[in-house]
Amino acid sequence: MDFNYFLTLLVFSPLLGILLLAFMPKANESGIKMLGVLATLPSLILALIAYFSYRGGNDLANFSEKFRWIQFGGQGAEQSGMFSVNYELGIDGFGLVMVVLTAVIATLAALASFHIKKEWKGYYMLFLLLEIGMLGVFTSQNLILFFLFFEITLIPMFFLIGKWGYYEKEKAAYSFLIYNGLGSAILLIVIMVLFSRTGTSNIEMLRMILNTENAPLVAPVSESLKMGLLIALLVAFGVKLPIFPLHSWMLRVHVEAPPSIVMIHSGILLKIGAFGLIRFGMGIFPEQFADLTVLLAVLGVINLLYGAFLAFIQTDFKMVLAYSSISHMGIVLIGLGANNEAGIQGAIFQVVSHGLISALLFFLVGVMYERTHTTTLANLGGLAKGMPIASGFLLAGAMASLGLPGMSGFVSEFMAFFGLFKEMPVLAAVGTLGIIMTAVYLLRAVLAITYGKAEREFVGISDVRSFEWAPILVLVGLIVLIGVYPNVLSEPLQATLETILMGIGG
Amino acid sequence: MDLDTLLSFEWGTMTPEFIILGILTLLSVLDLFLPKHVDRKILGWIGFVGVILALVSLVSLIGHETTSILFDTFRLDSFAIAFKLILLVGGALVLLLAIDFNHNEGLELYKGEFFYLFLAALLGAMMMASSGDLITLFVGLELLSIPSYILAGMRKRNLKSNESAMKYVINGGISSAITLFGMSYVYGIAGTTNLKGIATVFGGISDAQHIYILGLAFFMIFVGLSFKLASAPFHMWAPDVYEGAPTPVTAFLSVVSKTAGFVIILRILLSVFGYIPVTQEDGQQIPLLFAIQDYIAFLAGATMIIGNVIALRQHNIKRLFAYSSIAHAGYILVALTAMSFVTFDAIWFYLLAYALMNLGAFAIIQLITMKTGSEDISHFAGLYRRAPLLAVAMGIFILSLAGIPGTAGFIGKLNIFMGALMVDQAHYVLVSIMIATTVVSYFYYFGIMTQMFFRPAADEAKISLPAGTTAVILFTAIATILFGIMPNVALDFLHTNFNQFVDFMR
Repeated sequence: MDFNYFLTLLVFSPLLGILLLAFMPKANESGIKMLGVLATLPSLILALIAYFSYRGGNDLANFSEKFRWIQFGGQGAEQSGMFSVNYELGIDGFGLVMVVLTAVIATLAALASFHIKKEWKGYYMLFLLLEIGMLGVFTSQNLILFFLFFEITLIPMFFLIGKWGYYEKEKAAYSFLIYNGLGSAILLIVIMVLFSRTGTSNIEMLRMILNTENAPLVAPVSESLKMGLLIALLVAFGVKLPIFPLHSWMLRVHVEAPPSIVMIHSGILLKIGAFGLIRFGMGIFPEQFADLTVLLAVLGVINLLYGAFLAFIQTDFKMVLAYSSISHMGIVLIGLGANNEAGIQGAIFQVVSHGLISALLFFLVGVMYERTHTTTLANLGGLAKGMPIASGFLLAGAMASLGLPGMSGFVSEFMAFFGLFKEMPVLAAVGTLGIIMTAVYLLRAVLAITYGKAEREFVGISDVRSFEWAPILVLVGLIVLIGVYPNVLSEPLQATLETILMGIGG
Repeated sequence: MDLDTLLSFEWGTMTPEFIILGILTLLSVLDLFLPKHVDRKILGWIGFVGVILALVSLVSLIGHETTSILFDTFRLDSFAIAFKLILLVGGALVLLLAIDFNHNEGLELYKGEFFYLFLAALLGAMMMASSGDLITLFVGLELLSIPSYILAGMRKRNLKSNESAMKYVINGGISSAITLFGMSYVYGIAGTTNLKGIATVFGGISDAQHIYILGLAFFMIFVGLSFKLASAPFHMWAPDVYEGAPTPVTAFLSVVSKTAGFVIILRILLSVFGYIPVTQEDGQQIPLLFAIQDYIAFLAGATMIIGNVIALRQHNIKRLFAYSSIAHAGYILVALTAMSFVTFDAIWFYLLAYALMNLGAFAIIQLITMKTGSEDISHFAGLYRRAPLLAVAMGIFILSLAGIPGTAGFIGKLNIFMGALMVDQAHYVLVSIMIATTVVSYFYYFGIMTQMFFRPAADEAKISLPAGTTAVILFTAIATILFGIMPNVALDFLHTNFNQFVDFMR
């Protein structure tokens, strides 16, 4: 099978949807919604083809493509191969997993967007643009291309939050823009320092050049500069992830953005932070990364505990989930802090697993808000009477989130902590407190909703219906699948893990 | 000079200038003899055709060997051609805007004058790009400045326009005097006004006293010329003049006049001060230009900070763009500070991108301010509802000005960062200031976005689009995106035709 242009097609296929949408009449609500969902399907199908062809033994390197794109510095530079930025896409195991996750969640979120009440046309156009950005981030093999896609996610998100969000939407949109703008600004500095001093922005080349003694460079890159760059990367992706003191924007976005967008945001965009840390932090600066593991593990435990304790006292279910996201991202950091095979695998598992779980939970939030117009715990009490099925799935989602064995959350938490116990047992022991707290706050919130005191009668409220079944069943199915048969994930990840471990000399 | 010498010059190299001069004479005669009732718009179209003709003849000169005529006072080298391209493209676009500008407040009587004064200013800018002598440089500078003073005051019955012209002429006079004073030192020491001759004399200079005086001369010239760039310390005129001047004139000042400023600064800095050897404490000899890098860096940093921070508090769109244009001058000064081998590329590309995005933005500003009669930002509210395509186009220009990937502005910034970071003593502080102030600029740029896309419109009336303005908007929007996604279109053109400007000093 010929895979030329395969990834380009995969990444840019939503563009077709955008173009078709541009010619749709504004008022044709159902047509726009159908087209919006259909436009996400080509990416999904191609992503699945890639996944199964990989399982069928196809080498992922076959998917790589490369074209001449930008040449800085003139012909002299081009002849020596310097300062050329190629358009290069490719995937490794980790990228493949993230692309599939993105495509799945994007389609489901497009379905969830049926709840959107106004200006569907603009909404779906921005939504599809956002999808292009996300898919591009996970497939680009080049820092400048990565940055381009990374920023493409920023602009649609600003509008999606600011226009279709709740009461304080503009404030949330601005806070998203400025925090992430600062994060990307720092990322851009790192990228440009690497590019101008080494003459290349290809990730693989950078990995090789920076970890070879006396490699030819444009200008010297000292050890302390490398350390500075890594710390800058940590801050840049720390805003995205988010790491503890940099998280306030993310709470606002979780509360103010429409639930379908939060599915994307919490399910995928936050994961770009983890992806970047693993791909660039660990990949390009393995030696310096090893020096920072204690810091990462400590930050991870702080995230875990801080998120868990604050989630416990929230009265709004969306806030509970927002803090829960912070807490769960702590586990990613813990896994990275362990810096061994189990830890890193746990971190990546957590990225995928939390992506699915938070998408499920926020979809359910959307379903509940659609009917009750509230998300506060007190007002939702006794929902199990009105919506037994939705409440049941909410419980299932919470169970997955708190790490019930047999569901995906368990595998990732287990591995991340397993990794950390090997390296820093005391810190890991403190961290386990967080796991207990997770069970406490999630059960408190979910039980308050399902079986809590009914403040009001939920009469005439329909339960899960028609299109709403699809996201719920798909997400629950995937969560259980990963929990029961983790091999679906660990197999594609194996090769990536080996490359990373080779870098850190483990 | 006898006739033979006169005929021996290769006049063909001056064709673009002659065309502009011819058209400008023709226009002034026509304005005089055309009956009163004939719409003076026709003069604008003739002027536009003239500029296009000049552009065509300039393009045919690409690849022409470096020639120097009129006793080395007029040079045709790749530098001159490259920058004249930007000047002429910018000039053509501004003319289109001027044709559609509604003429009231005194302008209706002098509409014809407007066009030929404008062409005279453009001619001055072109002479500056080509001059090889301090005298012609200065004459070019004044030929640009004096019509600009008149143009700023063209709305004769508008108080602000009068104030603007007055401020402009006084500030301009002071700055010209300072520049000239600086030049007199250069002449005093070199004994010639010819740039090449000066370079030869200065190459062998060793007297520390002389170098000290030349350092002083450098600052006088630089500070005086910063008036044309609207950069610190001579930026204060910009907001008032931009606000008071008719919108096409504002567009002209912010694009063509600024480009001309960079042209003259590059000519003088590199050819005069690039050759003065300065002995450092460690005994190494470096050009004076490098020895005073820190001071230029300081001015660049100050310009970026002043421009971006004060812009935050502006409610008048033209004042806001005045501060934004100050900020952009600061960005380009960063490239000038770095003096790496991509400096010319970076400045050329940034000026091109800036011309496109800023003129596009000014086209829309002119439409809106003419329609509403007010320059307050709040009149952009609901533009998305009233004219979706116009709002999207403005969105593109703003994203490009803010330096978001996918637009020409981003590639321009990338080029500047690269230059500043690739030199051995990388300018980390300056680059950090540039990136941080870029994030600050998000606040005011996205403030316009908020108005256009989120706020409801006060007035739902459709906006009619005049042909010329539509053409400007279309052209600039497409080019902004094209150079953002495929910058190689411009960069390859630059590299193949101008070959790194190697003939700049020959």
